[in-house]
Amino acid sequence: MTMDDGETPILQVRGLRTYFETDLGVGKAVDDVSFTLRRGQIIGLVGESGSGKSVTGQSLIGLVDRPGRIVGGEILFKGRDMAKLAPEELRRLRGDRISIIFQDPMTTLNPVLSIGTQLIETVLAHYPSVTPQKARERARDMLGKMGIPNPEERLDAYPHQYSGGMRQRVAIAMALINDPECVIADEPTTALDVTIQSQIAHEVKDLCRNAGTALIWITHDLGLVAALADDICVMYAGRIVERGRVEDVLGKPLHPYTRGLMDAVPSRNKRGVRLSQIPGSMPPLLALPGGCAFHPRCWRADQSDCRVSPPEESPREDGGALRCHHPLEDSIVMAR
Amino acid sequence: MIAFVLQRLIQSIAIVIAMSIIVFVGVTVVGNPVDMLISPEVSQADRERIIRSFGLDLPIHQQYFVFALSVLRGEFGQSFVFGESAIKLIVQRMPATLELATTALLISIIIGLPLGVRAGLKPDSIASRLTMSFSILGFSLPTFWIGIMLMMLFAVVLGWLPATGRGPTVLFLGVEVSFLTWDGLRHLILPATTLALLKVSLVIRLARAGTLEVVHQDYIRTARAKGLKNDRIVFVHVLKNIMIPIVTIIGLEFGQLIAFSIVTETIFSWPGMGKLIVDSIRMLDRPIIVAYLMIIVVLITGINFIVDIIYAILDPRIRHEATK
Ligand SMILES: Nc1ncnc2c1ncn2[C@@H]1O[C@H](COP(=O)(O)OP(=O)(O)O)[C@@H](O)[C@H]1O
Ligand code: SF4
Ligand SMILES: [Mg+2]
Repeated sequence: MTMDDGETPILQVRGLRTYFETDLGVGKAVDDVSFTLRRGQIIGLVGESGSGKSVTGQSLIGLVDRPGRIVGGEILFKGRDMAKLAPEELRRLRGDRISIIFQDPMTTLNPVLSIGTQLIETVLAHYPSVTPQKARERARDMLGKMGIPNPEERLDAYPHQYSGGMRQRVAIAMALINDPECVIADEPTTALDVTIQSQIAHEVKDLCRNAGTALIWITHDLGLVAALADDICVMYAGRIVERGRVEDVLGKPLHPYTRGLMDAVPSRNKRGVRLSQIPGSMPPLLALPGGCAFHPRCWRADQSDCRVSPPEESPREDGGALRCHHPLEDSIVMAR
Repeated sequence: MIAFVLQRLIQSIAIVIAMSIIVFVGVTVVGNPVDMLISPEVSQADRERIIRSFGLDLPIHQQYFVFALSVLRGEFGQSFVFGESAIKLIVQRMPATLELATTALLISIIIGLPLGVRAGLKPDSIASRLTMSFSILGFSLPTFWIGIMLMMLFAVVLGWLPATGRGPTVLFLGVEVSFLTWDGLRHLILPATTLALLKVSLVIRLARAGTLEVVHQDYIRTARAKGLKNDRIVFVHVLKNIMIPIVTIIGLEFGQLIAFSIVTETIFSWPGMGKLIVDSIRMLDRPIIVAYLMIIVVLITGINFIVDIIYAILDPRIRHEATK
C-alpha cells in the first residue's frame, strides 16, 4: 500500500475503543467505533450530549484527557496507525496534517499571548525554517480569510479583545494555517449566536472544499449536518448506531435513535406538529444498560434480544450500516 | 500603559503619605516624646526651651507638617547613640540588607521555580513528592533555628564558611557589595540561605499549584493540538501564566525580606539595617527608628509599584483594563 496514491483514505478508524478507567469502574466512552474518511470528504458526527463525540475526536489526534486511554482499535491516518506513533511523530502530525477546533472559543486561546504569537508559533512548530516574517504574513492572510477585519493590526491584539465569534474564527484560522489534510471540528459553533453559527459553519465548509481538506464536523444539530456533510455518523453511548450518506440516512433512517433525533428537529414542513423528544436521557457511562444501550428509551425494544445482546453492525442497502435488532424497514421518508 | 503607570504612581504616593501620618502619630502622639527626651531633673525654663526647640509646642497638624517637610528633605535628626545623621546611618547599612535580601530572593526563585513547575507537571513522581516534603519542612522550621543549625554545621563543625560578619566589600556602581569577592561571597552564603529557605518553600508551592491548574486549561490542550514542542508549552504557555501570581507574591515577600531580615542579621551579625534597628530600639534611638520606618514604607511601596508594572506587562488583560 503506497502512502499517497490518492486512493488511501485520509482516515480509517477500525474498532476504536477509548475507556475511562476510574475507581468507580470502566467508562466505555468510545466503544468499537469504525468509519472511513476519504480525501476532501465531510462527515457529520451527531448524537446527544455525552454520547462520546468529543472523546472520539480527541482520540483521533491522541489528546484524550486522563484517565481516558485508547485501549483498542486502529486509527489509520493515510495508512499509518496514529495510536502506535511515537510522541514526537504524533506531535509532527498534530496541527500540521491533522488539526482540531475545540468547542469553547472563550477558553481555547492563551489569554496572555497575542493572537499573532499563537498563530505564528503554529507555523514555526512544524516549519522551523520559515522566517518569522513569512509566518506572520501567513497568519495575517489566514485571519483575513476567516473574515477578520484589519488582520494586520488584529495580530497584535489579545484574546480578550476579540468577541466570542471572532475568537472562534481565530481558532479556525489556527487549525487551517498549515493546510491540514484533515480537520476535526468539535462543535465549534455551539457556543455562538445562532446567526453566526451557520455563517461560520458554511465558511469552514467552503474553505475545506476549496483546499480539498477532509472534515469531521461534530455537532448535535442534525440540520447543520444535513447542510454541510457528505456522510453522517450517528452516535449513542459510545457507539456509532447508524452511518451512511447524509441523504440516505436522513432520507430513510433505519435506526430508532436516528429517527428519534430527526423527529425532535423543528422543520418547516412540520410546522404546527408537536415535536416529539426521545423519552428519557442518555444514561451515565458507568450505568449503561446491557444489550442495546438504547433499549430503555426505544419504542421498538423487545423483551429479549434488545435487553441481552448488543446489536452487531449490519449493512444498509445503500452502503451505510446500522446497529439494531429491529430496524425501521419502511419508515416514512422525511421531507427535508 | 502610561495612564496605568501614572495611576499606580499616584496611589503609591497616597500610601506613603498615609503611612507617614501613622508613623508620625505612632512616635509623636502615642509615646510622649517630651518624657522620652527630657530628663525629669531639668528646670522648668530649660524644659520649655527644649520643647520649643523641638517644635513640640505647636498644634499637632503643624507638627506633622514640620515632620513631613523634614522627611522630604531626608532629615530625621541626629542619632542619640551615634551622634550622626540618622538617615546617613541607615543608608550606610542599606546595601548590606538589600544584598542579603536580593540574594535570598534569587536563591528562592532559581531553586523554587524549576522544582515547583516540575512538581506540577509530574505530581506523582518521586522527585515531586520529595520536593513537597522538603517544602513542608521549609515552612515549619523557624528561621532562627535554621540559621543556628546551618551555622553550627558549616561554620563550627565543618569550618567551611565564616559564621558571622559581612567580609570584605568592594564598590560596585557606587554601592558596597560583598558578592564580588570570594571571601565576601562565602560570608553571604549562610545568612542568604537561611533567609531563602522559607521563601524557596513558598515559591515551590506557588509554582506547583499554578502549574497544576494551568496544565488543565483548555488553551494548553490547544497548544498540544497545534503540535507545539513540549518546551515551548512549558516555558511559554505555562510559565507566562503562572508567573502572574508568583510575581505578585514574590514582590510582597521581597519587602518582607528587607523589613524582617532582623532575625537573620542578628544571628549572623550581618551589618544591615535590621541589626541597626534592633540596637536602636533597645537604646530608644528615636530618630533612627523614625527614619527606618519611613525608609521601609517607601521601599515596600516602591516594590509594590514595580510589581504592579510587571504584572501589567505579563497580563494583557490588566494592561488594557487600566488604559480603558
Ligand atoms: N475526563 C473524563 N473523565 C471521565 N469521563 C469522561 C471524561 N471526559 C469524558 N468522559 C465521559 O465520556 C462520555 C462521552 O463524553 P463526550 O465525548 O464529551 O460526549 P459528547 O462530546 O458526545 O457530548 C461522557 O459520558 C463522559 O462521562
Ligand atoms: S436494538 Fe432494540 S432497543 Fe436497540 S435500537 Fe434497535 S430496536 Fe431499539
Ligand atoms: Mg462534546
